[in-house]
Amino acid sequence: MKFSESWLRTFVDPAVSGDELSHLLTMAGLEVEEEESVAPAFDKVVVACVLEVSKHPDADRLNVCRVDIGRGAPLQIVCGAPNVVPGLKVPCALPGATLPGNFTIKVAKVRGVESSGMLCSAKELGVSDDASGLLVLPADATIGVDLRSYLDLDDRLLTLKLTPNRADCLSLSGIAREVAALTRTPARFPEVLDAPVSIAARREIVLDAPAACPLYCGRVISAVDGRAATPDWMKRRLERSGLRSISALVDITNYVMLELGQPLHAFDNSKLEGAVHARLARAGEKIELLNEQVLELQDDVLLIADDERPVAMAGIMGGADSGITLETREMFVEAAFFAPTAIAGRARRYGFVSDASHRFERGVDFGGTRRALERATQLILDICGGQAGPVCEAAATLPQRQPVRLRPARVTKVLGVSFSTEEITAIFSRLDLTFRRDGEDFIVTPPSYRFDIEIEEDLIEEIVRLHGYDSIPARAPRARAAMLPQSESARPVSRVRQILANRGFQEVVNYAFVEEAWESDFAGSREPIRLANPIASQMSVMRSTLIGGLIANVVTNLKRKQNRVRVFETGRCFFRDPAGTPVAGFRQPWKIAGLAYGSATPEQWGSAPRNADFYDIKGEVELLLAPLAARFEKCDHPALHPGRSARVIVAGQAIGFVGEVHPQWLQEYGLPLAPVVFELDLAALTAAKLPQYAEVSRQPPAIRDLAIVVGNELQLQQLIDGLAANRPAIIQDIRLFDVYTGKGVAPGKKSLAFRIVMQDTQRTLQDAEVDAAMQQLVAYLEQAFAAQLRV
Amino acid sequence: MDTLDQLAQEASAAFAATDDPDALEQVKALYLGKSGQISMLLKGMAKMTPEERKTAGANINRAKEAIEASLAARREAIRRLALAARLAEESLDVTLPGRGETRGGLHPVTRTLERIEALFASIGFDVADGPEIEDDFHNFTALNTPADHPARSMHDTFYLQEESGKTAEGILLRTHTSPIQVRYMEAHVAKYAHLPTMPEIRVIAPGRVYRVDSDATHSPMFHQVEGLWIAESVSFADLKGVLADFLRRFFESDDLQVRFRPSFFPFTEPSAEIDVAFLSGALKGRWLEIAGCGMVHPNVLRHVGIDPEKYIGFAFGMGPDRLTMLRYGVNDLRLFFDGDLRFLRQFV
Repeated sequence: MKFSESWLRTFVDPAVSGDELSHLLTMAGLEVEEEESVAPAFDKVVVACVLEVSKHPDADRLNVCRVDIGRGAPLQIVCGAPNVVPGLKVPCALPGATLPGNFTIKVAKVRGVESSGMLCSAKELGVSDDASGLLVLPADATIGVDLRSYLDLDDRLLTLKLTPNRADCLSLSGIAREVAALTRTPARFPEVLDAPVSIAARREIVLDAPAACPLYCGRVISAVDGRAATPDWMKRRLERSGLRSISALVDITNYVMLELGQPLHAFDNSKLEGAVHARLARAGEKIELLNEQVLELQDDVLLIADDERPVAMAGIMGGADSGITLETREMFVEAAFFAPTAIAGRARRYGFVSDASHRFERGVDFGGTRRALERATQLILDICGGQAGPVCEAAATLPQRQPVRLRPARVTKVLGVSFSTEEITAIFSRLDLTFRRDGEDFIVTPPSYRFDIEIEEDLIEEIVRLHGYDSIPARAPRARAAMLPQSESARPVSRVRQILANRGFQEVVNYAFVEEAWESDFAGSREPIRLANPIASQMSVMRSTLIGGLIANVVTNLKRKQNRVRVFETGRCFFRDPAGTPVAGFRQPWKIAGLAYGSATPEQWGSAPRNADFYDIKGEVELLLAPLAARFEKCDHPALHPGRSARVIVAGQAIGFVGEVHPQWLQEYGLPLAPVVFELDLAALTAAKLPQYAEVSRQPPAIRDLAIVVGNELQLQQLIDGLAANRPAIIQDIRLFDVYTGKGVAPGKKSLAFRIVMQDTQRTLQDAEVDAAMQQLVAYLEQAFAAQLRV
Repeated sequence: MDTLDQLAQEASAAFAATDDPDALEQVKALYLGKSGQISMLLKGMAKMTPEERKTAGANINRAKEAIEASLAARREAIRRLALAARLAEESLDVTLPGRGETRGGLHPVTRTLERIEALFASIGFDVADGPEIEDDFHNFTALNTPADHPARSMHDTFYLQEESGKTAEGILLRTHTSPIQVRYMEAHVAKYAHLPTMPEIRVIAPGRVYRVDSDATHSPMFHQVEGLWIAESVSFADLKGVLADFLRRFFESDDLQVRFRPSFFPFTEPSAEIDVAFLSGALKGRWLEIAGCGMVHPNVLRHVGIDPEKYIGFAFGMGPDRLTMLRYGVNDLRLFFDGDLRFLRQFV
């Protein structure tokens, strides 16, 4: 809601400065979002009249003018504006004036001719961008009057960011009412007299949907001049409220809406047939609106129709072919009350809002409908002439304001401070809230313009609002003495994140909606969860994997010459799942994913550079999972290289994957190297188990190394699983420490070297036992895996 | 016995002329070895009288001790020289960079969220989580925002498609973290239904939220932290105390003005907007909107089965992205979601 401060001050003029007024409004819940001056600072500019214009002797484009400034002898002023002619009223900056931009006007010679001042364009005064010529003032402007006061340029424009509950402040008189209550200053509202009825013309009004439209007033006004000019004062107020002047009749309806908060609509009476109906649309019914939009309506849209056709979307926008034009001679003016529920959301459904719908869906004062119609009539007769017919009114059941009980004890409970009966009484009377007492309690009946006082808490808010939120003390928090549970078998996500951060990974936050291609490329999902209203096509589906975002992070950073990228993210992923909870149909697990790209270690001296590979990222996963031990099984994953990817399995459950990005995506996504990635269920990482003590042996271990040659296709896990089941009891640990292929090992074979630790918790092992165990091991390997001992 | 003194001096000089431990041992043999000069002198004593022998023996021993002492001193000196040489040789350019992995870091907003969680945990607030694909009931209706309520236009909501391509009825991306509160209250009420008085609810709910909005100051996905305290007696004065205290702790500054001004949210009444103004720094003196809050609307409590006459409380919601921007002086929200390592590394 934008308005001019000086207009407001015609209703209520408290003895506070503009800044104080803004602060007061903001602190009362009517937030002043923007304040601007109408014009920048300048002085000594007056209304002047050009008396004579003659050519400058030495310059084709310049004229020498004699200008009457209302006192003393006329001034001689050289002027280059194309529109200067004798008789024109224009702003004149006098010698000594300072114009915007700190530009001082002095008596000076212009091409040899003395010039004592400057005639100004709107741009030179900073009041608009128009620099095409002098700012032409109305012919009746009084010569010599200071221009700032003549054009009211010391005015300020305030924009309120009104919350949806304060529909009552969507008008100047509403804001004035509020300012009056806040400053305890009386407000004066325009006197509205019933217009003289001089013709009998009327229209029948039929309320077909009385719940949606319980009150409709209208009247015919004939012999109006559709081409009448809007008075400057009205034009100025409209423009300063952000509304363009269109024609006097339209301007008047807008003016009354701004002044009183009641949206009006003006029909061309000659284009209406028969009665005026307020009825619901028939499904599929069409209407062309003033803005030339043609809508097909649903049956919950309220219409104004005549006997033939819809002529307006009630409370939202008029129809294209029934509105007033410059040719209109006879009009029908509407002022009605439409129930908020009948208007709410309808305009938005069709992709627009209007000043009228904005007000009606929040609530328009149903006690002021007729008054607004009379006010508009008054202005129309004054400005456009004409003769008014009687007010035609149809009324059904208007909303009832239910009395609201306020218990002073509840005020104390909610606010933590008590208010005396006198204080409450004083606040209610400032707000014009009528009440009666019932014992201690106040029974308040809210006025028709307040749609936001329905329960006790609403009244409590009014009390604290007028009292001032700042005046409520801040009480130091009281913490309960009970400790919060701290489960040791849950590892906080923060610790999981910290592990990755300590391993050089940088956390990122990527959008949860992604490009559809990512879902098919990286998750193999052909039917992703699509947004109905995405803001852009690259943000159109919900992700089921975090990998796409991480790959995009690599691309972004490569462009910025960051050639080593290690990133991770935790976030929810989204899947359709009939068994999903808590929102039926969807599973939304938390995932954690990481990516390493480029050098395995930060570029550094003294070590040979090498790119991060599958085993590097696998190592990170193992570190992240510790103390949980995972199994890794080859897997097929659309994002990953089929020979370099694995499913991660913990306690028999697949919890995610690790691998190198599939070569086919490298070119497509512009990646010179293959990133290695992992993605795991976060829940698997945050589960931890309590450590369980096992006895530590005091006996010295026997350690032997063993190298075997096996077929290349043999996976280590098979060997380890076999050994786990078949190894002698004294073997505590078998650890792979080298893998070798090449010279000395037959093609198709690989050499694996293990360190074998043997130990008994109770006694020292004898050499013979150790040798026997080793032989048993070798024999098993030879038999189960055709392994050959390498010597 | 001049000769013996001479011998000792001669030996000392010979040791001193030697730099090498092996050479030193050879020189030592010349004096102290089996056929060294001291041994010879001792052997020569066989021809002496007992009287002479006694005196000579004492003198020779003194000379021997002197030689041994200078040998030991020389050994020590050579050892020190060798060590010094080794140390000199092994010395490094200690200003070369260390090797290994560098540290990554947490996202700046994560830092903020962890701080917020820690501060509220210190006064007994639990942390709750909830779904991001939400239903209309929890996101709006349960929060006293029925369909077509004008407040819904404050939230430009993302909706989802069904598999058929139709807009899914009643399913959306949550526009705020408040639905987590609703779910938390529902669970709390069910858990303590058997008790005559329900234990207090103190919880914060951080998370990602979504709105159809994108420019320099709005991101279609952003973060929120919602907080809730419901008990038998919690008032607006407590709300002011908790949040003013939080803001001063969060910014680690008492140099901070906090003001509460009336506002409107469908789920609180009375409602307030919280502004802060710093008394120093780049943003000095400007009121900055930082959070919304209010006393929980009785309808919200009723929706989850809590009697608003018996229990009362407050709720608040704030934007950790904005808090992060203010705390670290970040001037563009979009940086948080851009994944630029040059930006993110500043928060390691």
